[in-house]
Amino acid sequence: MTCDWVPKLDLYVDGELFDGELTEMEAHLRACPTCAADALSRLQLKRMTQAAGRRFSPRPEFRLKIAQSINAAKRPPWARRWAPALAAAAALVLVLVPSAVWLQHLRSGQALGELADLHVSTLASANPVDVVSSDRHTVKPWFQGKLPFTFNLPEMQTSPFKLIGGRLTYFQQSPGAQLLFEVGKHQISVFIFQNRAELSGLNSGSSLSRKLAFNTETWAEGGLWYFVLGDASPSDVHDLSELLRSADRS
Amino acid sequence: MFASLYNFAHWLTRNREEAEDLVQETYLKALKGFVSFQQGTNFRAWMYRILRNTFLTSRSGLSVKMTVPLDREEDAVGLAADTPEAVLLARADQQMVQGALERLPVQFREVILLCDMEEMSYQEIAGIVGIPIGTVMSRLSRARKSIRELLAEKVRGASK
Ligand SMILES: [Zn+2]
Repeated sequence: MTCDWVPKLDLYVDGELFDGELTEMEAHLRACPTCAADALSRLQLKRMTQAAGRRFSPRPEFRLKIAQSINAAKRPPWARRWAPALAAAAALVLVLVPSAVWLQHLRSGQALGELADLHVSTLASANPVDVVSSDRHTVKPWFQGKLPFTFNLPEMQTSPFKLIGGRLTYFQQSPGAQLLFEVGKHQISVFIFQNRAELSGLNSGSSLSRKLAFNTETWAEGGLWYFVLGDASPSDVHDLSELLRSADRS
Repeated sequence: MFASLYNFAHWLTRNREEAEDLVQETYLKALKGFVSFQQGTNFRAWMYRILRNTFLTSRSGLSVKMTVPLDREEDAVGLAADTPEAVLLARADQQMVQGALERLPVQFREVILLCDMEEMSYQEIAGIVGIPIGTVMSRLSRARKSIRELLAEKVRGASK
């Protein structure tokens, strides 16, 4: 005689039982030694498959090749050749264009799109962060001397967020910090730049962020401009933003 | 994620060169296709979906589609009742499990690797492979049954 619970053992082992069903299954496993043994060997096979599956590693040369092609793909081909000249021309245009027009340009969503692009290409890169650490006491000092400003990082230990690390980034020709966080299987980038008038014109409450595939939040505080973006839920993005703000106030 | 995408690609193609091509094309498509990224889907699953779709249109992916017969997969759910024996698993080693994974048809191999190795949910796997959750479950239980049978064969062979 097979127990009624057997067809659900795979679901249990795969973490696909929730709430009431999970509680019932756990109670059953305490009472039924056959199912308990069965679940255990299914788990054992799952672990063996997991270990056996991690088998092939990319060659270091290939890793490098991908990193390079990602960098190349970030800019259109003509920009690669003319990049220095274009940067100079762009700087000149910036000075000449009245700030209201510039603000409109930013509001057109291109700026936010650019940050979203930075986030995606960071995640796609072979080495997403330059400083790999979940310890804020390692990550924060790493940026010292590399940026014209400093910022505070909150204590993450009691939160669902995990700091992955950070990297230097450039946005609108200004250097800034990009911090990468993880919540569940979602990644969130936090961009920090020195605040400028045109940056505070960008706010995530606008309809712009809805056009993006991400949830965002932005604010300015203490001369810095923060932009939080990720595929996590709106409440996760907000909670992380709150945490960062609390670090600045403490 | 780069290393695990590569590993998965290598399991699909069974060949280093093709796996590298697959990963490279995946990254380029991902960068270009940023706009098609949907809110609510997670980035990792999205990358795997691109990789898998790219595989299907590749030379070895096309040949795979031709050679595996479509059978009535939903009937297989009942097979989950089979119990893996602890003794058998204790005698099997990593190489045997790898050999068994290699012998699985790619439709089953990809699902069990996404589930057991990448620890993705049924929902995520369904999205990546483009099949209903019920089919994810039946492919999983069939893949596991095959692995147990292949291991049993090996263990018996080794003890002779
Ligand atoms: Zn039972």
